[in-house]
Amino acid sequence: MTPGIATSVRLTGITKSFLGVPVLRGVDLELRGGEVHAVMGENGAGKSTLLKVLAGVHRPDGGTIEVDGAEVSFASPTDAQRAGIAIIHQEFTLLPHRSVAENVYLGREPVRRMQVDRRRMVADTRELLNWLGEDGIDPADNVSSLSVAQRQVVEIVKALSTDARVLGMDEPTAALADHEVELLYDLVRRLRERGIAILYVSHRMREVFDLSDRITVLKDGRFVTCAPTGELTSEDLVRHMVGRDLGEYYPDRAVPDDLGRVRLALRGAGNDRVRDLNIEVRAGEIVGLAGLQGSGRSAVARAVFGVEPFTRGLLEVDGVAQRVTRPRTAVRLGIALVTEDRKGDGLALRQSVRDNTLLVRRAALRGARSRARSDVPALLDVVTVVARGEHQEVRYLSGGNQQKVVLAKWLAVEPRVLVVDEPTRGIDVGAKRAVHEILRDLARRGVAVLMISSELPELIGMSDRILVMHDGALAGELPAGASEGAVMALATGHGVGEVA
Amino acid sequence: MSTLQENTLPVRQQATRPAAQRWLTPVVIVYIALVALLVVGSVLVGLRGEVLLDQGGILNILTRATALGLVAIGQTMVILTGSLDLSVAYLVGLTSLIAAETMAGRDGMVVPGVLLALAVAAGVGLVNGLVITVLKANAFIATLGVALILRGYLEENYTGPAGDVPRGFQHLGYDRIGPVPVAALLMLAVAVLSWWYLSRTRSGYHMYAVGGDIEVARLSGLPTRRIIVTAHVLCSVAAGLTGIYLASRLGSGAPYVGTDAGYDLESIAAVVLGGTLLAGGRGGVAGTIGGVLILATLDTIFDDLEVDPFFKDVVRGVVLVTAVALYARRMSANRTRGRLT
Ligand SMILES: Nc1ncnc2c1ncn2[C@@H]1O[C@H](COP(=O)(O)OP(=O)(O)OP(=O)(O)O)[C@@H](O)[C@H]1O
Ligand SMILES: [Mg+2]
Repeated sequence: MTPGIATSVRLTGITKSFLGVPVLRGVDLELRGGEVHAVMGENGAGKSTLLKVLAGVHRPDGGTIEVDGAEVSFASPTDAQRAGIAIIHQEFTLLPHRSVAENVYLGREPVRRMQVDRRRMVADTRELLNWLGEDGIDPADNVSSLSVAQRQVVEIVKALSTDARVLGMDEPTAALADHEVELLYDLVRRLRERGIAILYVSHRMREVFDLSDRITVLKDGRFVTCAPTGELTSEDLVRHMVGRDLGEYYPDRAVPDDLGRVRLALRGAGNDRVRDLNIEVRAGEIVGLAGLQGSGRSAVARAVFGVEPFTRGLLEVDGVAQRVTRPRTAVRLGIALVTEDRKGDGLALRQSVRDNTLLVRRAALRGARSRARSDVPALLDVVTVVARGEHQEVRYLSGGNQQKVVLAKWLAVEPRVLVVDEPTRGIDVGAKRAVHEILRDLARRGVAVLMISSELPELIGMSDRILVMHDGALAGELPAGASEGAVMALATGHGVGEVA
Repeated sequence: MSTLQENTLPVRQQATRPAAQRWLTPVVIVYIALVALLVVGSVLVGLRGEVLLDQGGILNILTRATALGLVAIGQTMVILTGSLDLSVAYLVGLTSLIAAETMAGRDGMVVPGVLLALAVAAGVGLVNGLVITVLKANAFIATLGVALILRGYLEENYTGPAGDVPRGFQHLGYDRIGPVPVAALLMLAVAVLSWWYLSRTRSGYHMYAVGGDIEVARLSGLPTRRIIVTAHVLCSVAAGLTGIYLASRLGSGAPYVGTDAGYDLESIAAVVLGGTLLAGGRGGVAGTIGGVLILATLDTIFDDLEVDPFFKDVVRGVVLVTAVALYARRMSANRTRGRLT
């Protein structure tokens, strides 16, 4: 397509099982230099596993990998890197206590006179960061001091620093806010122009249509189809992935009669991240909280849940002022938080699906209610978790299924106030639909829902009202169905007050 | 294990951290605590009409710190990689015997004695490392097992001191420059070398990576097994050096010099006191030496004050727990800061 280093990779008949359970059952994929090749499929379809096979993390049980026509076999990620293949994994692969530069060059540190050449490492990292227009990140900073979005940038820099000619990206935008997604688009296009072959895994339709040249669909570890993006509609795609049609719609919004008492109220609440918050969420209502990364959305969520409590103002639950200084208090009051960082905050990775589902119930409820567990299968069913059974360890679930377990965990305690921070990050279209329906269903049953999402169509589609944050404070309120432009205007600090 | 220290404390209310707190790393805290301890100790000892930091006092502190320091430097490496070594105490005894018996009073056998002791130590470290990485045994259990094997061997073959160190070699244990023992300087040299190794070389970087998150290390293509084995070999060699040093001080080998001094748990305490995460991935030798000096100073003060041993242990326990709690607090503050910008 484009001149330059046109590498091609061909996977043929790749199979892989874990403990006798087949995950990939004969996948074919062809990837050319200078193309963005999207891979789509439901949660657990085997996308991440396929990328890990390509990256030398897993050895395939069968099938062949060819790079530029020559068959290769990778014993380790280093082998794959040498062949010019680098993968940005779905999970973060950074060491929090080490610096950005140390992370970027992990395993490939430049050496000079027997020592790691730290000056060069920092300089090269800075150069790559500048090239991406991310000069806000200091290569000498510890990764633990970066935001989720900045960490994603570091992941990308880490992959680029290997001089990769084939780059696999496993849901790279899952952690990014909209304006950062734009930057990533830009970056992906620039890499494509340079002849790099990009394998792009994402659940976001819009992204895939904007970026990709071809799309391969997997279902249950099998190859379903591969076609140029222009020849597919999103309906086709959904049908290939899910096996049935799903229209583009959101559940019906609440009508005034559905709304009950004010369940959650903040009156002049603030702490050192957010200030002057006046928010009311009624029973039956889904209130969207919009804003750019860093505007304080998640800080509101964490304050309501008592992780980093409010230090000023009032927090009322069902009209009664409460001091929520610990998550435990919040849970007892019927407040639930689905965090944006599922691995860090949401799951006990080495425990079973069932134990995770019952985690909060066991920890926070009293008496017989805390011991009930017969409804676990039903709960998991509601959120459509695909696991080998209730006893499978959560860390072996696919990324999207882990997110569903987090949801199930909170459904298990029947909250009165549910705060969800990026609830559909990394889950497939079918499951996303299911989560939307669950949220609306909970609202109908009298739960007050506060929803944070960086995906504007979702936020607008779901919310009965939209509150927009800017720089730690509320910038304004918009009615249901407001335009993306109106939300962005407030979020970026333009537009004042009520904009319709 | 990796989140143990971070999560046990409730995430603290976020205070805006003044810039001044950034440099207040565990290493800095340890040395501030050491100075404070020296001041308080001097006052207490002074009240009895004695002087803590006179020639004898300094000598006492540094001598205590030498042996423990060597063991703790090695322990730092295994702990940084997310492992642990409980076999060091018996290994110290074993290597003191090997060195002294090989030398058997002959000047010409000093070098072979030292080399043999170090070789055996390296072998034990290799076994520790392989059991942990290849047989995938938990480090705690694996090294405890090796410790028991060493004990069995020592109990079977020795009833007391054995071997004989030539007079010339005893200089290593007793020579000093002013109040500073030569051996303490050698220990510091080992510390500096290890600090350089951990913070400047690729292998050192990789130890931090493996201890920080072994899965991340694996995904980044690091030879995780080899790194853990290397750490164990280095740790055991450090214990071997301690055995050789103690043989030179005692004039012979002694099967229980290491265990009587409790070097296994003591070295772990020093490492943790020095700000290294028991879960691995963060910390270093500089802090460990601070921890060792604090423990040695405490002991010296207690001796000067003639307090009873029980009280001594209570104070040491309190110091250790306070330190760990302090570091955990700072970590959770850091963590929260990182989450939501
Ligand atoms: N190391 C492992 N051991 C056992 N099972 C595994 C392992 N890794 C993945 N699996 C299983 O393989 C299946 C496919 O997982 P994979 O992560 O490839 O899915 P995915 O298509 O990336 O899904 P998602 O969209 O949710 O990220 C899942 O059922 C998962 O439970
Ligand atoms: Mg995946």
